[in-house]
Amino acid sequence: MSIDMSQFHQVFFEECFEGLEAMESGLLSLDLGDIDSEVINTIFRAAHSIKGGSGTFGFTVVAGYTHIMETLLDEMRDGRRQVTKPAVDVLLGSVDCLRDMLTSIQNEEDIDMESAAKHQDALEIELTGAAGGHGVQESESTPLDVVELDSYLEEEPEEEALEEQGWKIAFCPYLNLLHTGNDPVRLFRQLSELGELTSTVNIQDIPPFAELEPEECNISWELKLVSNATEAEVRDVFSFVEDDCALEFTPLAKPKKVKKVAKPKPVTVVEEIQVETVTEEAIHVVLPVVKKPVVEADASKNAPKASSSIRVDTDKIDTLINMVGEVVITQSMLGLIGENFSMDKVGQLKRGLAQLERHTRDLQQSVMNIRMLPISFVFSRFPRLVHDISTQLGKKITLKLVGENTEVDKAVVELINDPLVHLIRNSLDHGIEMPAIRVAAGKSEMGTIELRAYHRGGHIVIEIVDDGGGLDKNRLLAKAIEKGLVEENVILSDKQIFELIFLPGFSTAEKLTDISGRGVGMDVVRRNIQSLGGNIDIIAELGKGTTIAIHLPLTLAILDGQSVAVGNETYIVPLVSIIESINITEKMLNKVAGKGETFKLRNEYLPIIRMREIFNVQSGTATKSNEGVIVVVEGQGALCGFLVDELLGQQQVVIKSLEANYRRVEGVSGATILGDGSVALILDVPGLVRLSVR
Amino acid sequence: MTTDIHNKQIEQFLTFELAREVYGVEILKVQEIRGWEAVRVIPNAPSFIKGVLNLRGSVIPIVDLRERFSLDQCDYTQKTVVIVLCVRHHRTETFVIGIVADAVSDVLDIKLDEIKKAPNFGTQLDTGYMRGMHVYKKNMIMLLDVDKLLNPDEIDGMDTLDDISPLDNEDSLS
Repeated sequence: MSIDMSQFHQVFFEECFEGLEAMESGLLSLDLGDIDSEVINTIFRAAHSIKGGSGTFGFTVVAGYTHIMETLLDEMRDGRRQVTKPAVDVLLGSVDCLRDMLTSIQNEEDIDMESAAKHQDALEIELTGAAGGHGVQESESTPLDVVELDSYLEEEPEEEALEEQGWKIAFCPYLNLLHTGNDPVRLFRQLSELGELTSTVNIQDIPPFAELEPEECNISWELKLVSNATEAEVRDVFSFVEDDCALEFTPLAKPKKVKKVAKPKPVTVVEEIQVETVTEEAIHVVLPVVKKPVVEADASKNAPKASSSIRVDTDKIDTLINMVGEVVITQSMLGLIGENFSMDKVGQLKRGLAQLERHTRDLQQSVMNIRMLPISFVFSRFPRLVHDISTQLGKKITLKLVGENTEVDKAVVELINDPLVHLIRNSLDHGIEMPAIRVAAGKSEMGTIELRAYHRGGHIVIEIVDDGGGLDKNRLLAKAIEKGLVEENVILSDKQIFELIFLPGFSTAEKLTDISGRGVGMDVVRRNIQSLGGNIDIIAELGKGTTIAIHLPLTLAILDGQSVAVGNETYIVPLVSIIESINITEKMLNKVAGKGETFKLRNEYLPIIRMREIFNVQSGTATKSNEGVIVVVEGQGALCGFLVDELLGQQQVVIKSLEANYRRVEGVSGATILGDGSVALILDVPGLVRLSVR
Repeated sequence: MTTDIHNKQIEQFLTFELAREVYGVEILKVQEIRGWEAVRVIPNAPSFIKGVLNLRGSVIPIVDLRERFSLDQCDYTQKTVVIVLCVRHHRTETFVIGIVADAVSDVLDIKLDEIKKAPNFGTQLDTGYMRGMHVYKKNMIMLLDVDKLLNPDEIDGMDTLDDISPLDNEDSLS
C-alpha cells in the first residue's frame, strides 16, 4: 500500500459517475411488463464495479451502501424478485444519493448522512418489506448489511488515534486457507502478543447462504497492530500462511489522510453501538447534520471541480499524432532547403511553406476536434428529468432524442445544460396537457417531447418540440398589454408575439407550480444563449404544440473571419454570417424618408448600416467616400448590409474576451490578435443589427 | 493594505507625472511599465478609454488619465509610458488595465501616517478615487486608489469626471 492511492481517485470518480449514468439510463429504460435481463445485468455490473472501486479506495460508506443496492439487483437478476415501479424508483433515488455521496467525497466535504440514511432505509424496506412471497434470501441479506455497518463503525475510533506506531495489515486469505490447517484465530493471538491488535472483518464476499461452502474462507481482515515491532517480526507471524493469502503491510505512523467518511447513523442496531463509542465520535456524527444547509447552499460549487478532465476518442488522438508526424516531416524538409539555400530553390520553398500551412491548419482543426463532445452528454440527463416530473405531474410523456451524436464544443456543452433543463421543464409543465385534456382534444393520451440536435452551417441547432397545447397568441398579447409591456393597439407579427415570452417577468401560467410559472427564466434562458453567441426562436401553434429552436456556434474558441477596413480600424466579420460582398458607389444607395439608407440587391431592399457612423470612426479617408463595399450579412433572421471601406482578407482568428479586462461592448462580440500583433475587434452581427434599429 | 508584516507602517508607491503634477499608485498594483504604442479604438467607448492593446495574448484596455481628469491634452511622444495595473474588483476578480502617463518618476517609501486625507471639494470634485495626499520634497503627490478609479463598473456608466450629469455613453458621444 505504499502507492499513493489518491492519484487514482480522479479516475475512480469518473468511472463511478459513468457507472451511475449507466445505472440511471438502464433503470429508466426498464419496461416493467417485459424485463430485459441484459439491462438488469448492465445495472448490476455498474453497481458492482462502484462497490468494488469504493471498497478499494476505502470509501466504506459508499461500498456498504452500494452493497445493499447490489443485493436488490442481484435478486432481480436471478428472477427471485419482481421488478416493480416502487423498486425502480427507490433504486433511482439511491443512484442520486450515491452521486451526492461521491461528489461530497470528491470535494472533500462531509457526506450528507441524513439523506443517505433515508435512502438506505427506503432500500432496506424495499429489500425486506417486499420480501413477501420470495423466501429466505432477504431475511439473510439484511442482517448481513447491518453487520457490515458495524464493521466500519468499529473502525472509526481507531482511525482517530493516528499518532501510534505500528502496522496496518490487509489480510485476505484465499479460499483454501482452512484446508491447510491454518487458523486465522491463532495468527491473531500471536499478533496480539506483539502489541495491541484491533481487527476489522470484511464479509462482503460471503456468498448467499445456499451457495455457502463451509470449508472455504470467504472472509478477509483489516488488522491494526499498535506496536514497535518491525515489519520482519510481523511478517514472521504470517510465515506459514504466506502462500495461502494476500498480505499488505502499511506503517501506521505515516499520517494517513483522514478524510473520515462519517458513517450512516440509521438502522437501530447500529445506534446502540454508537452510544458506546467515544464522545469524540459523537461529534463526528453531529457535524454532518449541522453542516447540511451549508452543503446544500454550496451545491452549485460542485460542478466546476468535476469537469476538469475530458475523455477523448482514441481515433481522434491517432489522427492528431499522424498530423504531428506530417508537420515534423515538412519541417525537416524546409530545414533541408534552408541549409543550402539558393535562388533556384524558391519554388521548392514555396511548396514547402504551402504544405506547412495546410498541415498547421489540419492540426489546429484536429486539436479543436478534441474539445468536441457529442451533445448526448447533455441529452442523457433528460430522460430522468422527464420521468420524474411527468410522474410528479401525473402526465404521460415520452421523450425522443434525435441526433445525440452531434458534436459540439465542450464549453457549449457545459453552458447549454441549464437553459435546456429550463426549457424542457417548461414543455413538461405548460406544454403537454393532462391526459384527459389531450384525449378530449383528439390527441393521443401520451404526449411527446422531441429533443433534436443537428448541424447547420457553422452552427448547431437544438430543437425542443412538444405536441402540447402550444401558445395562445391572443392571450400572450392580452397579458403583455395588461402588464404594460406592450402598448395597446400595436400590431405585432406572430414572431414578435412569441418573443414576448422572453421578456423579464412575463408569465401566462394561471397558477404557480414548483416547476415553473414564475415568469423568471425565459429571459435568463435567452440571455444565457445570447452570451454564448447564439439565438433562440419560438414557433407555436395553438393546440398543436411548440417548437423552440436554439442556434449556437459550434465552438467558442476560434472562428473563420473576414477582416474589413473602416478608416484606420480593422474589424473581423464572422464568415458564417456573411452572405456576399458587393462593391458599390454612393449613387447606388437610396434614402428612405431622408434618413435610413437602403440598397437594392436584386429585388430586395437591404437596410444599410454605415460602420463608420455606428462605430463613430473618425480616422482615415473622408467621411463620405464615393466607393465602398457592402458586406451582406444575416443577423436575427434578416438580411442587412454593412458599409465598409475595404475587404482585407480571410483568416481564422482566435477569440479573446474583451470582458476579461474591460466590459461588453455593444456590437462587438470579442477581440482577436492579428498577425502583426495588433488587436482587431470581432463584430457581433445580430448585436449590430439591434444597435442600428435603435 | 500592506502585506509586509515587518514595516506595517510603510508602503511603497510608484510616482508618475501627468501634466506637471505628480501622482502615486501602490507599487503592488503595478504589473509592468511599457512604452506607448498604437492601440485599437473601441467603438462608442468613453473618450478617456484610448482603446485596447495586446499584452502577450490578452486584450487590455488603456485609460488616459489626462482625459479622465479633464486635464489639457498633449500628444503622445516617445517618452509617454503606459503603466499596466492589476485592479481588484469585487474582492475576487482582477482586471488588467493600462494607464497613460507622461513619465514615471520614482518609487517612494511612504509612511502611512504621513498620508493626509484628501481635502473635501464638495460637489466640485469627487475625491473618492484618491487615497490621500503626501508631501515629498515640497511637492504634493496625489495618491490614487486604482481599485476605485479604474473599476470597470465605474467606467461603465460615466464619462470624464467633470461630467456632472451621468449620461449614457452613446448619447454623450453622438
